[in-house]
Amino acid sequence: MELIDIIIALIKILVMFAVVLVTVAELVYTERKISAWIQNRIGPNRVGWKGLLQPYADVIKLLLKEDIVPTAANRFIHTLAPIISIGVAFSTLAVVPIAGETIMMFGREVQMVIADVNIGILYVLALTSMGVYGLTLSGWSSNNKYSLLGGLRSSAQMISYELSMGLSVIGVIMVTGTLQLTDIVAHQSGWMWNMILQPVGFVTFVVAAFAETNRTPFDLPEAEPELVGGYHTEYSSFKFALFFLAEYANMITASAVIATLYLGGWQVPYLELLELPSAIVVVLQILAFVVKVAFLLFVFQWVRWTVPRFRYDQLMDLGWKVMLPIALANVVVTGIVILLLS
Amino acid sequence: MATKTHEKYTLTFWEKLYIPEILKGMKLTFEQMLKKKETRLYPEEKWIPPASYRGAPVLVLEENGVERCVACGLCSRVCPALAIEVQAAETADEKERYPELFEINMLRCIFCGFCEEVCPEEAIVMSPTYELVFTEYDQAVFGKDKLLTPAEDLRPRLEFLRAHR
Repeated sequence: MELIDIIIALIKILVMFAVVLVTVAELVYTERKISAWIQNRIGPNRVGWKGLLQPYADVIKLLLKEDIVPTAANRFIHTLAPIISIGVAFSTLAVVPIAGETIMMFGREVQMVIADVNIGILYVLALTSMGVYGLTLSGWSSNNKYSLLGGLRSSAQMISYELSMGLSVIGVIMVTGTLQLTDIVAHQSGWMWNMILQPVGFVTFVVAAFAETNRTPFDLPEAEPELVGGYHTEYSSFKFALFFLAEYANMITASAVIATLYLGGWQVPYLELLELPSAIVVVLQILAFVVKVAFLLFVFQWVRWTVPRFRYDQLMDLGWKVMLPIALANVVVTGIVILLLS
Repeated sequence: MATKTHEKYTLTFWEKLYIPEILKGMKLTFEQMLKKKETRLYPEEKWIPPASYRGAPVLVLEENGVERCVACGLCSRVCPALAIEVQAAETADEKERYPELFEINMLRCIFCGFCEEVCPEEAIVMSPTYELVFTEYDQAVFGKDKLLTPAEDLRPRLEFLRAHR
């Protein structure tokens, strides 16, 4: 590892970080816009052109507020929890490949992924499970019964859905035969998307991803009518902003992982037939990836304003009695089909 | 006592799958997204109230530049919020009396419309004005200069009163 490699890695990290931060800000805007449209309203349109600067106004408002730590709270963990949440949310994106072609930078071939780890999927699963700690610890350290209930719910929910998430991923691994995300994407050339090869696994993975990111219909950890604010009831100012950021960054991560695993990542069908120069191919591949992720983000928000929240027992029923058997059956059927075809 | 019994609704196989039903719901919300928006962009696009609307009370100014009010003080008397103050004076006009001072405290006014109802001369009516914003207390006390409004501007309300009272 030379200095130039480190610089290249740092540039990639910085670019990714900046892009995700801006996307998070604009996601808050699109969320409000989409909710408004679905309710026949117009939505924010005052700050900036068509209200595009609204999230920045919100952020400034949040940062100027007083940072309150309850006297009975555990100060250290109270501060640590949002850091865990945000760290986990951002670091997952490190293994997601943006484009297949390499570009030349400082005389080196640079892959369009921050870290091409050979166990990429395990890294993603491991980090998303880490996210539970952020929520649980914040709920516990606040010393507030509503926060604690929210934290407990989130840990129960995430652990239940992690199982079906992992099992659906096993289907993909069996089809592609690798844990490396770049190889998984490379395997889905043309229309051989895993969504088509693994329709059941796709559905279970998407549902589990909704539960993992605490989005409606599985947003029980922060169910306002029952739990005041859920795990972040006792948070304000910058720490609250971090939780907010983490929630939306998680959404981006989940969308990116779904796109990578099931929608062919950066793959554009029939692109190789055109024999374009590699610079254009890179741009097109990045564009394809961005479009896929943007569509999934839209679906996340669209579902939020369509489906009402599950009751807690229904959530557990769905996770353990429906999702888990289906994901298991999917693994078995995939194995049998692979065995028959080979 | 009559009791209601409900048949337990059993879901069909397709409904039990949930996914088609959720897709149906998503189709509905998507259609809603494309519909006409109901929002009124308020400061640019003002709402024009109907004639029955009770906004800020004002004094009617006749075309000859004299107010209709004869300073009988009934409005001040009937006002439940004690928002109106009238001081009468004599005039050479046919009506003999006129209000030397007529003040309505818009912070006290509750827009009940009693003053309008009690007025024998149709001299005080509820205008369609609903934008009453003050930064200081003194601004909220409207004197004759602010209250006098030409009868022409209040025609819908005056016609409404004649038709329905």
